[in-house]
Amino acid sequence: MQEITLTQILFVSTALFFIGMYGLFTRRNLITMLMSIELMLNSVNINFVAFNKYLYPEKLDGLFFTLFIITIAAAEAAVAIAIIINLYRSHNSIDVDDATEMKY
Amino acid sequence: MNISAIIFYAISALILGAGILAVTSVKIFRSAIWLLFSLVGIAALYFWMQVEFIAAIQIVVYVGGIVVLIIFSIFLTQHSGKEMPKPTKSKMIFSALASLSGTAFTYNLISHYDGFTFNSSKPFNTSMNEIGTQMLSTTNYGYILPFELVSMLLLAAMVGCIVIAMRPSSNQIASATIMLTESEILNKKD
Repeated sequence: MQEITLTQILFVSTALFFIGMYGLFTRRNLITMLMSIELMLNSVNINFVAFNKYLYPEKLDGLFFTLFIITIAAAEAAVAIAIIINLYRSHNSIDVDDATEMKY
Repeated sequence: MNISAIIFYAISALILGAGILAVTSVKIFRSAIWLLFSLVGIAALYFWMQVEFIAAIQIVVYVGGIVVLIIFSIFLTQHSGKEMPKPTKSKMIFSALASLSGTAFTYNLISHYDGFTFNSSKPFNTSMNEIGTQMLSTTNYGYILPFELVSMLLLAAMVGCIVIAMRPSSNQIASATIMLTESEILNKKD
């Protein structure tokens, strides 16, 4: 067994991304869908940090992208939860199958 | 097999196992707790890669902020002990097939690509000093403009959240119902 390289870290982040995608496909509840999206964003962050550390150690651009993604994810989660609470108030449910007013 | 590799595999197993349980658990509260473990595992992976600042941010923002927000919204909108309806068999099968084929495709691409040019000669300096200086520098490749833009975005998101989640006052509800009844009357006249 040799040293851990970039490839192994990319395998982990790929698996995490597709786990998040599976959750996004199967779940019908808005909060759990949001949780799957958080998993996908985190896998992208792992990629940015790993590429920065192993390929371009003299720069810090990957770290800054990770920081900005974390910030935007926080803003996105806050707005999404405000929308979810508003939807719950008007529909008494946060299931995506129950909010079909704008479907067709 | 050295100790660093063993730690890496342990952290990866934690991340992926907790992630799978987070997307498949039928109780929504347990799913949130598994998500918490997965995010802690990702912070541990950042510590393993020796980017302590990102690891600290990950714990503060994700574990301390977003997961707590999600748990609060579960308490506000769900009966947390209730089991969620399971997805239908065919949907589960097709989602698993799509995810697995995507994973296999990407694994194939990554494992056959050998164009990564490692230049580990230079040190990877992630001290707070370096991060702060480069992020707030106004020279070429400085990150001051996105930094300011992101702060504006956070302000806008905060105001937007308050406006969206605010309960409309009884005054507004009354005027809305009056407008609705007026339009109904107009419709009937037509």
